[in-house]
Amino acid sequence: MKRITIDPITRLEGHGKITIFLNEDGSVANTYLQIPELRGFEKFCEGRPAEDMPQITQRICGVCPEAHHMAATKALDDLFHVEPTSTAKKLRELLYSSFYVTDHTTHFYILAAPDFVMGPDAPPAERNILGVIAKVGLELGGAVINTRKQNHWVIQTIGGRPIHPCFGLPGGVSKAINEEERAKIEEIAKSSVEFAKLSLKVFDDVVLKNKDYLNLILSDTFTQKTYYMGLVDKNNKVNFYDGKVRVVDPEGKEFIKYAPRDYLEHVAEHVEPWTYLKFPYLKKVGWKGFVEGKNSGVYKATPLSRLNAADGMATPLAQKEYEKMYSTLGGKPAHYTLATHWARLIELLYAAERMVELSKDPEITSTDIRNIPTATPDEGVAIVEAPRGTLTHHYITDERGVIKKCNLIVGTTNNHAPLFMSIKKAAEDLIKPGIEITEGLLNHIEMSWRPYDPCMSCATHALPGQLPLEVTIYDAQGNELKKLSQGIS
Amino acid sequence: MDNFEPRIVAFCCNWCSYAGADLAGTSRIQYSPNIRVIRVMCSGRVNPLFVLKALSIGADGVLILGCHPGDCHYLEGNYKTLRRIPLLKKMLKQLGIEEERVRLEWISASEGAKFAEVANNFTQTIKNLGPSSLGPFK
Amino acid sequence: MAKLKIALYWAASCGGCEIATLAIGDKILKLAEVADIVFWPVGMDFKYADVENMADKSVDVCLFNGAIRNEENEHMAKLLRAKSKIMIAYGSCAYEGCIPGLANFYNRQMIFDRAYIETPSTDNPEKIFPQTKVKVPEGELELPELYDTVKTLAQTVDVDYFIPGCPPEERTTWLALEALIEGKLPPKGTVISHSVKALCEECPRTREEKKVKKFYRPYEIIPDPEKCLLEQGFLCYGIATRGGCEALCPQANMPCTGCYGPVEGVVDQGAHFLSALSSIIDSNDPEEIQRIIDDIPDPAGTFYRYSLPDSLLRRARIK
Ligand code: SF4
Ligand code: SF4
Ligand code: SF4
Ligand code: FES
Repeated sequence: MKRITIDPITRLEGHGKITIFLNEDGSVANTYLQIPELRGFEKFCEGRPAEDMPQITQRICGVCPEAHHMAATKALDDLFHVEPTSTAKKLRELLYSSFYVTDHTTHFYILAAPDFVMGPDAPPAERNILGVIAKVGLELGGAVINTRKQNHWVIQTIGGRPIHPCFGLPGGVSKAINEEERAKIEEIAKSSVEFAKLSLKVFDDVVLKNKDYLNLILSDTFTQKTYYMGLVDKNNKVNFYDGKVRVVDPEGKEFIKYAPRDYLEHVAEHVEPWTYLKFPYLKKVGWKGFVEGKNSGVYKATPLSRLNAADGMATPLAQKEYEKMYSTLGGKPAHYTLATHWARLIELLYAAERMVELSKDPEITSTDIRNIPTATPDEGVAIVEAPRGTLTHHYITDERGVIKKCNLIVGTTNNHAPLFMSIKKAAEDLIKPGIEITEGLLNHIEMSWRPYDPCMSCATHALPGQLPLEVTIYDAQGNELKKLSQGIS
Repeated sequence: MDNFEPRIVAFCCNWCSYAGADLAGTSRIQYSPNIRVIRVMCSGRVNPLFVLKALSIGADGVLILGCHPGDCHYLEGNYKTLRRIPLLKKMLKQLGIEEERVRLEWISASEGAKFAEVANNFTQTIKNLGPSSLGPFK
Repeated sequence: MAKLKIALYWAASCGGCEIATLAIGDKILKLAEVADIVFWPVGMDFKYADVENMADKSVDVCLFNGAIRNEENEHMAKLLRAKSKIMIAYGSCAYEGCIPGLANFYNRQMIFDRAYIETPSTDNPEKIFPQTKVKVPEGELELPELYDTVKTLAQTVDVDYFIPGCPPEERTTWLALEALIEGKLPPKGTVISHSVKALCEECPRTREEKKVKKFYRPYEIIPDPEKCLLEQGFLCYGIATRGGCEALCPQANMPCTGCYGPVEGVVDQGAHFLSALSSIIDSNDPEEIQRIIDDIPDPAGTFYRYSLPDSLLRRARIK
């Protein structure tokens, strides 16, 4: 039997290895996705002071530390039985919305766009952000950098540090913002809205207006029918920071809606011996293996899942885009995994609009940012939407607030089974007897993974940062670009 | 285990405890041969680092001996020690090292007999505990 | 002058260092003029085979982030060491083991038991654990072996320089890159930061005399915004942490947790902080001292928050 290994899967968060086994005739026998790492946070958080959890657990992921910081901070509210002040909640959500703007921008431009804009068959050396910028123009490239840079400033200003913020406490946050900072945040929020609109336009021009790409999105290879999970507010609109978890079935009907404290009734995790990462599934349906459909407990928790699981967006412009997407894709729920990129842009717009709302809130500069807990800590659960999926933190402490037990169901993990299935399906559809296995073909397979998680923000930080260099490259009709690419590969 | 001979490091301050140890010697009071005395100017000079270092390179127990409170040659040195050692012991316990492996005692220059008693008693404690489990890493 | 060839790699890392590595803003321009990235699995399409095929010492600088946690990390560390002239431990994980190094309080089996058996959401009646070699119908799959003990990069290969921080601040990264670009390399073994002294030197909070009758946890009281946090009884680690970040956390009303590692010349950051803390306890009475110490719920996990693997004891003993 022949074996193909893609190791490591590039442009994704965390390490990963895909192994495809072929039959003698060259067709696919089976495919495996292996995650070779385990760091053991659930164990070594035991013994640590609960209030340190926002800063400890965010070291799970430096790409979305804000998500862990937020889930942990909210779990502390629950654990210490303390309600944060209204301003504290708003500051947290403002930081979180700003984080969504940076994260979704990163994902789309650095990870997803190379495939769409350059085409999946482009040589690997061009299939990166440099190639994208060369193709769509420098002005947009500048906007990408600027949006990220400005929103990082927002995160640092509210959260204390640019990566791994330090402001979350039970009952509130450690620091207020002043009027001058607020005004600047409002300005950044407004320009983020414009940027999100522009991004949707780029998607429209480059992807939707190109029949081939649209067909690719709608193709069977990238279609997968599962349950969908997402956090919703009381009106069933998408919310990242707070609310209840809603799950819809593959037909789009509400299956369950639960409060964070009830998560154990609804989600369980399956273990396989060939990977370190577990496979969550819906407990009430059960683990039926790596299969799609209503009888399988496999669910997805991605931007598209959140849109599928909700009834709409809570801000006006995002709502319009939401309606447009579903009418183009032929209704709800949409099962096209590549449409996740589109959903991500709609969420980007929502996050930016939400930033504007919060930055204009008269309470946002109040210094009433902390309630001091007085009750004895015991148990706390919280859920937020990480960009890559529903994130659950659950702690049990002794009466002094020292962690005795900790359970975490992390964003990406939710999508472990479906992304494994997507890869498998893509491999089976694309690798056929007699077809030569090219780089482009393998990249098509990697494309089936990217909508879920390929999040490497660092990529963004690096290469768009080199954009000014691209000025030269661009002027020289791409020659420099080619040279740099050669230097890279 | 029966023939386990622990390696014990005793940090003795120059002005009281070391003199006490000396006295034990000159008075021919028998005390455990497992004790390796290291003279320091003051118990306050025993940085927690010294204790960790001793443990990390194979000591099974560490004694810190200083002048009685109020008698420190440098006035405050042994109070510093008084505050450090309990915190160090609390930390060591979390790292899987029995608190009993580190002991702080006050011994004056005239307490040769007490020195011998502490040395013998501590050696017995460590013998009962067995070798320190600081082994190679995997 | 030939362009510098730079390799970037992450071992057991959260990815934050990857982000920080090149988060040097506009200065990246200057870097790009003088350097080419020859290996960077996270940001570009490379495969491991690309590194294996490089000639020894053909890479000028390798910025290595993340700790050594399993076989694969160790293999890549050795491989990149062989291919690189200068090896840099970038960030706290590579330098001292960092927060993920708290895993050294436990061992692999305890971590496995928690992750795959005990956690309340786990459904694993057959008690399946991941295996380094697994037979599947189509062949055999391998997973790298997870070690009991998290190791630092320098405990694995020879390291030339260290860049502190979790992750390093932009200014710190740039300080190191500038030295590389200009060829003004400090002596081997240097920890590159703006300061060799304690963070307190660059903290804007006012200090008087440090004497404490009670330690507070950050959620218990609201600190005075101007005064030193340690003097107010918070376990602010600035006193035993290398400066360089410009006191970001104290400026956000939160105690420093020590991510920049020990000050120059200190071999064990935890022991240093322990010493500093005990010297400010305002009591000579053993019982009162014990009471004050009891305010600190997790001394080992707090003092070694970022440096347990790099400490003298390296890990907890497990019976
Ligand atoms: S040092 Fe900190 S930021 Fe860097 S990889 Fe480790 S945990 Fe992440
Ligand atoms: S102990 Fe902390 S708050 Fe006090 S001066 Fe040092 S860094 Fe600043
Ligand atoms: S204040 Fe301390 S913990 Fe915070 S960034 Fe600076 S060194 Fe790191
Ligand atoms: S001189 Fe003996 S304890 Fe200080």
